Amino acid sequence: MSTALLDIHGLRHTFPKADGGDLLVLDGIELEVAQGQIVGLLGRTGSGKSTLLRLIAGLAQPSDGSVTYLGQPVNGPAPGIAMVFQGFALFPWLTVLENVQLGLEALGLPEPEIRKRALAAIDLIGLDGYESAYPRELSGGMRQRVGFARALVVHPNILLMDEPFSALDVLTAETLRTDFLELWGDGKLPIKGVILVTHNIEEAVLMCDRILLFSNNPGRIIREIAVDLRQPRNRLDPQFRDLVEKIYVAMTARTPSAAQAGTERQITINTALPRVSANLFSGLIETLAAAPYNGKADLPVLADELHLEGDELFPVAEAMQMFHFAEVEGGDIKLTDAGKQFAELGTDDRKRLFQRQLLTYIPLAAHIRRILQERANHVAPRSRFLDELEDHMSTDDAEHTLRAVTAWGRFGEAFAYDDDSGMFSLENPT
Amino acid sequence: MRVFVPISVGGWARLFSRWDVLAVLLILGLLAFLGTASRHLFQPLAELQRTPPSLDPVNLPEYAARTTLRMLVAMALSLLFTFTYATLAAKSRRAERLLIPLLDILQSVPILGFISVTVVFFMALAPGKVLGAEFAAIFAIFTSQAWNMAFSFYQSLRTVPTELIEASRNFRLTPWMSFWRVDVPFAMPQLIWNMMMSMSGSWFFVVASEAISVGNTTVTLPGVGSYIALAIQQQNLHAVGWAIGTMLVVILIYDQVLFRPLVAWADRFRFEQEPGLIAPRSWVLDILRRSRIVDRMTRPFAALWHYTMIPHRPNTDVAVKHEPQTRRGWIAFQSGLIVSALAALALWQSASFILEGIKLADVGTTLLLGLATLARVVVLIALASVIWVPVGVWVGTRPYAALVVQPIAQFLAAFPANVLFPIAVSLIVAWKLDPNIWLSPLMILGTQWYILFNVIAGASALPAELRAAGANFRVRGWLWWRRIALPAVLPYYVTGAITASGGSWNASIVAEVASWGSEHLEAKGLGAYIAQQTDAGNFHHIVLGIAVMSLYVVIVNRVFWRPLYLYAERKFRLG
Repeated sequence: MSTALLDIHGLRHTFPKADGGDLLVLDGIELEVAQGQIVGLLGRTGSGKSTLLRLIAGLAQPSDGSVTYLGQPVNGPAPGIAMVFQGFALFPWLTVLENVQLGLEALGLPEPEIRKRALAAIDLIGLDGYESAYPRELSGGMRQRVGFARALVVHPNILLMDEPFSALDVLTAETLRTDFLELWGDGKLPIKGVILVTHNIEEAVLMCDRILLFSNNPGRIIREIAVDLRQPRNRLDPQFRDLVEKIYVAMTARTPSAAQAGTERQITINTALPRVSANLFSGLIETLAAAPYNGKADLPVLADELHLEGDELFPVAEAMQMFHFAEVEGGDIKLTDAGKQFAELGTDDRKRLFQRQLLTYIPLAAHIRRILQERANHVAPRSRFLDELEDHMSTDDAEHTLRAVTAWGRFGEAFAYDDDSGMFSLENPT
Repeated sequence: MRVFVPISVGGWARLFSRWDVLAVLLILGLLAFLGTASRHLFQPLAELQRTPPSLDPVNLPEYAARTTLRMLVAMALSLLFTFTYATLAAKSRRAERLLIPLLDILQSVPILGFISVTVVFFMALAPGKVLGAEFAAIFAIFTSQAWNMAFSFYQSLRTVPTELIEASRNFRLTPWMSFWRVDVPFAMPQLIWNMMMSMSGSWFFVVASEAISVGNTTVTLPGVGSYIALAIQQQNLHAVGWAIGTMLVVILIYDQVLFRPLVAWADRFRFEQEPGLIAPRSWVLDILRRSRIVDRMTRPFAALWHYTMIPHRPNTDVAVKHEPQTRRGWIAFQSGLIVSALAALALWQSASFILEGIKLADVGTTLLLGLATLARVVVLIALASVIWVPVGVWVGTRPYAALVVQPIAQFLAAFPANVLFPIAVSLIVAWKLDPNIWLSPLMILGTQWYILFNVIAGASALPAELRAAGANFRVRGWLWWRRIALPAVLPYYVTGAITASGGSWNASIVAEVASWGSEHLEAKGLGAYIAQQTDAGNFHHIVLGIAVMSLYVVIVNRVFWRPLYLYAERKFRLG
């Protein structure tokens, strides 16, 4: 009988909120990782996938449910689970060799063995000759190689990867992915399973055997997709493209769509808003309106064309949908009449249209405007709205949401904000 | 890491490299210094009185050695304090609630006040021995060094990047190991900078702490400080000159032998990972690093140190500390209770102590005197700002000027201004000036430099691009100052001004009462009040004076500097 490497059951996790309540970030997570698998956790920023990785690593304890590693409950950093970090997390005062040795020293191994294993790991990961370099002397790609060597040297059973390639440029990231897959495929890595957190859809399809799609707020697993393509995989392979398309469809199906009237998720005063600049808005609307799209585009194609990753494109699409400038469905984005009109207008008229959509469809903006109109002096402190938002979301989200609406209000000249005094007002400087 | 070749392999010719010779000289020098400086520790006090300090310059090297040793011991204690106190504050939320406000208050208590109050206690620790007086002096120097070091360390510990902490936990480092390999290295550059500031600042108090005189207790410890005190008493200008020269030399040696190697060594702990910055160098560090003898001698210690890092218990389960959320309120309540209880106890203690010998009128008097000193500090800081901000900006925007002026400004900040008091006093007496006005500049003599060198730092940090943009739009004259220069240096200026203001309050205790031989001058103020009460040995009044001064400093910091600092940080910090 083979026990699963990792077993997660009924996991639920909350963060404390400013007002003392709890914010649900992960809910009903069930996950089993068998030997020899690369499992991808794919979702938008804020879907709790990195949190889940930290719960697996034993860096935090779930509020509810269990994480079991080789039949043992995880209640602290476990031996045999090593992590590769998004920002590398190398110690800048230690050389490459010392960074790699650190985990072995913590195990209390004898000096010669530490040295032997560290050198072997450095050799394996292609860092030969860099042993005495300090991290600041290395390029990003080389730094992440140190991150990999450091994790592999302790011979973990499970390797956790937290967006390990997202801080690297496209070319370097691709090289590192290929090298990793090659070593993994050849069985040269001393690991039995990998969990990869990513927001990059193509990366997930390229590397994983199974992909778990996460929803936002709270993070739930909405879909599991098996990837049966043989390694090495080709991004241009039609089957590969189909899978990418399928994931786009699955991920956009959850976002509220104006077309699905009635089942539409209601946007309220307390809905978290994506921080999307009005410039990006205008740019995307113009691109969509022009040829070859003529008002309608396939999201993966658009993302490719604009060199945006899904994670960067989704918030814009979502915001455009909130403003009723576009509809998103089935992996496609389509301009509405308002959107088409917007594309044709000059600057001043655009602002007028933007203001109308903002005050009609974004309740928080309408709320701020109403309060300002009701008050005799037409001013209101920012903190008043921030406090309101914090009752319904995390402090960070509240801050982001308020910033988003402030920027939109400024662009649409719906209200003004003075950062020195922290006051919203109806008056624009004349 | 280097691979070690046994020394014998290298053969005779290479047995002693020139690095070895230099290193051995350095080490022997250090040992000789320690021997000379600590010889007298266990002598009875009477011995001191039999051989009173003399103004013969021949004694100065020995005096300088003893003063230096006191400062170094105080520095070691400050480090110990920093590593324990600040760590506890940073790691335990419960301790933090009490320790950090306490540190803030301690920082505001005039250091010379500590001497007056604690000297009797320390003398009692080693009755009749020189050691007791040494304790008192070292403690005074310690109080002038420790607080800002602890603060800096605490702040560094609070800002260790989350990913580094997670990595060290993921690789299951023991707490001891992660303290020395993660926390301390991360905090090191900032800590060393603060150590240098502390060492500079403590010179001022060395002069005051070696010639201790509280009421009937008078102890004079041999050292540069007591030498100066004696020279002032005997109106010996030559001797003052010799003392100043000695200090210059000692400060120079500190820089070359202690701080420069430390800075060069700590360069690798910089967290910013940009390559290409010029690494600081130190010849002393080079010698120590290249010498194989030093390497061999330190290896056993290194091995021992390494041994402490090895986990000795099987390191299998490092459980996550889980603070159930329901208990958070209870913990806050508990710690609140403890803090209130301690505060009440302290309040009762000091109130009953002060009230025992003090009338309400005294409190009123000290508050009024405090206002006088406050007025001086405010006017002086304003004056110093008007002078040094433009100068600092001018220097800071010219890289070569900055290269020359910056070290000089730092040196002037280290230079104990009280050495120059005699000159001021004789001038005031000769020209029959009003001491209430003309003694005041002495308060800021030593502390104004903090404004200068912070402004220089701020001006040189102004990106070349911004300056080019200003030039491109032909922004000149007053507009340039108002829109570019002043906003850019504001955060730096505020930091410098806070230090200068705190230092001036401290200095008022010495500056408002100055003497030159038989000439005594006095300005009305809280500093003079504390100095007089110390002379008279009125402990109740000393404590009252100190309490009122701390109160003023805390209020000024909270009401004026803090909001200004936060504003400047938020609005004008680049990047």
